[in-house]
Amino acid sequence: MKSFFNYIAEIFSGVWTLLTGMKVTAKYFFTPWKNVTQQYPENRDTLVMYDRFRGEVIMPHNENNEHKCTGCGLCENACPNGSIEIISKSIVNEEGKKKRIIDQHIYHLGMCTFCNLCVRACPSDAIVMGQKFEHAHWDRSTFTKVLNQPGSKIMEGIKE
Amino acid sequence: MAEFSEKYIITDEIKADEYLVNIGPQHPSTHGVLRLLTRLEGEIVHNVEPHIGYIHSGIEKMTEALSYPQIVHLTDRMDYLSAHMNNEAVCLCVENALQVEVPERVKYIRTIFDELQRLASHQLWWCASGMDLGALTAFFYGLRDREDILDIFEETCGARLTLNYSVPGGVMFDIHPNFQKSVKAFITKFRKKLPEYDKLLTDNIIFQNRTKGVGVLSKEDAIAFGVTGPTGRASGFSCDVRKHHPYSAYPYIKFDEKLGTDGDSFMRWKVRMDEMWESMNIIEQLIDNIPEGDFAVKMKGVIKLPEGEFYQRVESARGEFGVYIVSDGKKNPYRVKFRSPGFSNLFTINHIAKGWKIADLVAIMATFDLVIPDIDR
Repeated sequence: MKSFFNYIAEIFSGVWTLLTGMKVTAKYFFTPWKNVTQQYPENRDTLVMYDRFRGEVIMPHNENNEHKCTGCGLCENACPNGSIEIISKSIVNEEGKKKRIIDQHIYHLGMCTFCNLCVRACPSDAIVMGQKFEHAHWDRSTFTKVLNQPGSKIMEGIKE
Repeated sequence: MAEFSEKYIITDEIKADEYLVNIGPQHPSTHGVLRLLTRLEGEIVHNVEPHIGYIHSGIEKMTEALSYPQIVHLTDRMDYLSAHMNNEAVCLCVENALQVEVPERVKYIRTIFDELQRLASHQLWWCASGMDLGALTAFFYGLRDREDILDIFEETCGARLTLNYSVPGGVMFDIHPNFQKSVKAFITKFRKKLPEYDKLLTDNIIFQNRTKGVGVLSKEDAIAFGVTGPTGRASGFSCDVRKHHPYSAYPYIKFDEKLGTDGDSFMRWKVRMDEMWESMNIIEQLIDNIPEGDFAVKMKGVIKLPEGEFYQRVESARGEFGVYIVSDGKKNPYRVKFRSPGFSNLFTINHIAKGWKIADLVAIMATFDLVIPDIDR
């Protein structure tokens, strides 16, 4: 007889635990303003990423189309998966000396793991991590980017 | 490969009533590409053979061509749920080899990140194993609260999953000015959420009946199989690396090692739930006392380890994670071996799942907290 009562009690306590669980879900069902879902992509205009977010490698240029990259190649060495290629060219400056400057800073976004090692390695803070994260594209060739803009020069006062 | 496994099956002597079922490699409850070759009689499991190799990425071999700072970012991709512990293990190994003393601030930051990562990992484990056992609501609740930790990570180090925050000699950035505030806000919030998890799933009668007494792993077997982490501690095996071989800021703080007694699926569940409370206690002890100072020591441009063998272990969210580096004095390691907790934990499954039903096998797998790239790196 005792086991029978235990059996019945177990059923009721079991149902009670289910109801306790449902109370939690019901709480959120009736207070939808406590939910945290972001309405992406509708909220694109107001969406702000954190300033340290690692989205892609970019090279900031100032208003005179000047950058800070000296073409030293430290970022290329620091990159673990070969996403950065530095192509440099030699020019003759006004004093008649030969000088190597950057021709193209090629960045393969498709290979990049966003580890930030290139930004750490850069001695002149020429490259930084950008906030853009919507990289999906139909064409793979768009993932190879040249970071220095055409016709850009090196900023004055940057140590070689 | 096919020939090998066929040969293997035949030597295993399938009886007349038995048949073979492949669970995986593409099965939701294996949490990745794990193939379990099970020998069944009706619904009863007679034998389980885990087959790995479907997601082998050769990370150990790849490290031989990389320099030491570059190795760190690959370890994110092994046990992606305890990425920071993996990063830290490599960094500590390199620092010990070079006998570099990192600033106190670095130790505190690393330990706080460890515990946040452990919370995030246990939250994902909680919700995903709830889903394995048929509780879909749990999945959304766990991911909702994990999001707060990921936001803290993103604010300080710029990444959410593959952090790459530790570097040899320190951490990559100093903590964000909002870091302490947002961590405290998270802990206050999460202290209210954890009882909700218990109400939702731990006290649930269906869940308890499915896990209590299922898949018992005795203490002797846990030690014999090298089971570590919460899975081992649920069997009463005191194996917490944080306690026995303290590293970073763990020597400075007081915390309990949560030990279970039964070693069944429910105890493995309970130990992890208790660990979440303990992680919050650890963070609260540290968060207000982060000392001032540098966030990294200046290392040489090219890090070269002295010749020899170096080993460092840390407690990841799944157990003891070890890094073994053999160096020949060059800038690349000669050989790197990672001791991953999941590998040892997984191979007890044949031992403890025998005689249980196939639904219990899912419960056992869920409470083992398997991350497949960790097992098969």
